[in-house]
Amino acid sequence: MTTLYTSDHEWLKIEGDVATIGITDYAQEQLGDVVFVELPKVGRSVKKAEAAAVVESVKAASDVYAPITGEVLEVNETLGTEPGLVNSDAGGAAWFFKLKIADKSELDGLMDEAAYKAHTA
Amino acid sequence: MLARDDSAALKRTPLHALHLARGGKMVPFAGYDMPVQYAPGVLKEHLHTRAGAGLFDVSHMGQIELRAKSGKLDDAARALEALVPQDIAALAQGRQRYAQFTNESGGILDDLMVTNLGDRLFLVVNAACKAEDEAHLRAHLSETCEITTLPARALLALQGPKAEAALAKFCADVTRLKFMDVAELGLNGLPCIVSRSGYTGEDGFEISVPADGAEAFAQALLGNPDVLPIGLGARDSLRLEAGLCLYGHDIDTTTTPVEGGLSWSIQKSRRSGGARPGGFLGSDAILAQLDGGTVHTRVGLRPEGRAPVREGAALYDSADATEAIGKVTSGGFGPSLNAPVAMGYLPTAQAARDTLVFAEVRGQRLPLRVASMPFVPNTYKR
Repeated sequence: MTTLYTSDHEWLKIEGDVATIGITDYAQEQLGDVVFVELPKVGRSVKKAEAAAVVESVKAASDVYAPITGEVLEVNETLGTEPGLVNSDAGGAAWFFKLKIADKSELDGLMDEAAYKAHTA
Repeated sequence: MLARDDSAALKRTPLHALHLARGGKMVPFAGYDMPVQYAPGVLKEHLHTRAGAGLFDVSHMGQIELRAKSGKLDDAARALEALVPQDIAALAQGRQRYAQFTNESGGILDDLMVTNLGDRLFLVVNAACKAEDEAHLRAHLSETCEITTLPARALLALQGPKAEAALAKFCADVTRLKFMDVAELGLNGLPCIVSRSGYTGEDGFEISVPADGAEAFAQALLGNPDVLPIGLGARDSLRLEAGLCLYGHDIDTTTTPVEGGLSWSIQKSRRSGGARPGGFLGSDAILAQLDGGTVHTRVGLRPEGRAPVREGAALYDSADATEAIGKVTSGGFGPSLNAPVAMGYLPTAQAARDTLVFAEVRGQRLPLRVASMPFVPNTYKR
């Protein structure tokens, strides 16, 4: 399994042709206390860079962009009742949605962990 | 995100170094570099203020003294009544009152606190408006009053159920103050003006303190484990839960005190049929609204879902209406309620409690109900 990152602070875990997507620990720290998460509908097709989900902190609403093009296979319903999971486990239990990858070549432009660390340093 | 370089042009309060030392996350606010939150975050800071005591730096707000040139306080009070719809002449010594500066059409230039300190009136005004407020006072009151701004004073707010005990360690006299009482007291060796007020809905105090002693005093207060420093983020969510207006958002030059739901702050003496009716800027419009009602009015709103509905969201009377009937002026998440809360303007005819309206959020129509305010009951010591 490979983990990749976007410059907009999303992470993707790639397993076969499925990408699980969440926001990074760096992002949750910048957002502050997350109080609401709006997730895409299963079956929706999203284009790369399209707003696919919304994270509301106490302070403001922030879009979560689809890092790649694909179809939404599954969403993390737990975030509906426990939005605070984004703060406590951004890189793990607080995944947002899974996409069926439409075009694997789109992964080429994403960062690996070392590059992402340099990006946020 | 704000580059740190941008902060160089921002003004700093006397507590700036303390905010940095305490890990405050600094943001520009009304021209000042201010802490929006500390390490615990807005949710925990909010809940701590409701359960313990929160210390807020509100030194960016303006502090102004008015003295009558005649030496008679009553002359200053009557002069100020030309600019606010409130009864200032009847304000007793050691008492504070909420007021609004109005303009000629009845709109609100700023909201403020006015205190009778015996020999002078003491005003606390919003940071973003303080220069205009001073100019407004000078333009209208210079003939009758000496107007003195107090840039060398800091302002602290200590709010929450443990505020009284925390402050009483410095001066037992603070326990004698009731809501909106004010006294000049020595605290930590400093001459302070202490009012039993704040803007969180909690019991608490606002303390005007000389700038050069402010940091030591704040440190002394923070030595109490019940007292935590709280940022502007939680101050905003606390005042929203308390149903209190934020100037520039819930009230501004396009809203009158009556439309803003602030008629309670206008005493009978200044209304039609009172002892000193009108005589303030915009009084024709405001008295007419007090007598005949308004077209629009500020209401509390409770979103039925979990999604916060924020400032600027248009309000509709049905899920498919094409014309907006109002808009949200403040909205967010209420940590004490664990639910979203908002306030906004609706046609007065559609402002009854429990009325169902819809807000447009990201292309969806979310249902909200008109609710009475405060959303969280206040705990003032009356």
